[in-house]
Amino acid sequence: MIAALRKEFLLQWRTRAQAVAIFVFGATSLLLFSFAIGPNAAALRQHAAGFLWLGLLLSSTLTLSESFHAEMENRALEGLLLLPVSPRVLYYGKALANTIQLVVLGIALVPVMVVLYDAGTTRIPTILLIIVLGSAGISAPGTLYSAMTSQARAKQTLLPLLLFPLIVPVLLASVKSTSLAILGDPMEQGRSWVALLIAFNGIYWSLCGLLFDRVVED
Amino acid sequence: MAPTYRFPRLPHALVALGVVCLLVGSYFGLFVAPPEHYMGNVQRIMYVHVPTAWNALLAMTFAFGCAIVFLFTNNWKWDARLEGAIEVSVLLAFLLCCQGAIWAKPTWGVWWDWDPRLTTTAVLLFAFAGILALRRFVDDPVKRGVWSSVATIIAYVDVPIVYFSVRWWNSLHQQQSSPATVSSQFYLPLRLNAFGILFLMSGFIALRARIASRRLESELAPPQQDLVGELA
Repeated sequence: MIAALRKEFLLQWRTRAQAVAIFVFGATSLLLFSFAIGPNAAALRQHAAGFLWLGLLLSSTLTLSESFHAEMENRALEGLLLLPVSPRVLYYGKALANTIQLVVLGIALVPVMVVLYDAGTTRIPTILLIIVLGSAGISAPGTLYSAMTSQARAKQTLLPLLLFPLIVPVLLASVKSTSLAILGDPMEQGRSWVALLIAFNGIYWSLCGLLFDRVVED
Repeated sequence: MAPTYRFPRLPHALVALGVVCLLVGSYFGLFVAPPEHYMGNVQRIMYVHVPTAWNALLAMTFAFGCAIVFLFTNNWKWDARLEGAIEVSVLLAFLLCCQGAIWAKPTWGVWWDWDPRLTTTAVLLFAFAGILALRRFVDDPVKRGVWSSVATIIAYVDVPIVYFSVRWWNSLHQQQSSPATVSSQFYLPLRLNAFGILFLMSGFIALRARIASRRLESELAPPQQDLVGELA
């Protein structure tokens, strides 16, 4: 597992220019979303959390669709599957690496959100927790779907088509809890949204790990 | 060679029975049942809307069952049934959204509302349409069967999570009624139409599965002898 994770980090480090490009893409989307609302500071602040998560979600399709790129070259995936480890280890290594990549991207996008939408908050640990849980929720099914779509035709279209409807609960819970952290949470509703994120992660990290063997076995 | 079936005409009979039930049920719903006290004639769309909802969920549950059985047994029959069930699910979910919008406009004043059941149906419609696209873009039949089964299981497990998350987020839908609280004049057309759509759906799934299994046979068949000779 550690070796699988090290392999992913090494690959990501060697293609770090791509990570910077994805961050620029995310920041550009945040800039564009503000044009949809107009220069109304109150409205922008109210929708800041939604824009942050949409930006992260759109950027995640770029990260996830590329995550099996190296394995598909020279049929490297077959070589990896011949190693005396369970394919599940490869899945968890890759899903964890994707989560960390999305967390870093999310943390990098927060200051952009604060500056563009005047959405500052002092609840930094809460925002960090939501970014970790939301990124994990996107990565668990996203990594599994990426393993499928990277071997299919029209992979760029197929991944968001499969992933977006599935992660509606993650998007809802992340946006709601981030919004409550920014705008204030007098009714303590944030906790139930975080609980929903934890439940989604529990279900999909175990289910996708179980199903990954079948996806790559042939 | 044409394949042989144990009951070759059963799907056609189911479709015919479904059409008859729907016609009789709709006659009762439109002309015999009295208009509802508060909603008036608008309520009559319930006689197709509610049965469509029940059967859409049933078709998706059947697709989920097919996916599990295929993953455990690798029996191609279940892959063909899965294809039929997903297509019919997409059709029923689409009809459900359209009927919901037609009913919502005069009742709630808007075409669309972010209500848990409506939103869950829309999410499922897109999720299952995505699985259909996946089947279309994968040429290898083995990968196509396994991947679409995996995607179906993942999408189906999402149903309760989407439902509850949207419920916490927003809710406006009617509370469900039960036969105990509804007059028999209302539930007779409802039940007739429910069975009508059930028969129609079963017939369609069976017919679509037959087409899928014919295509699978040709995909899995060994290459023709003359072609092998040419290549050699």
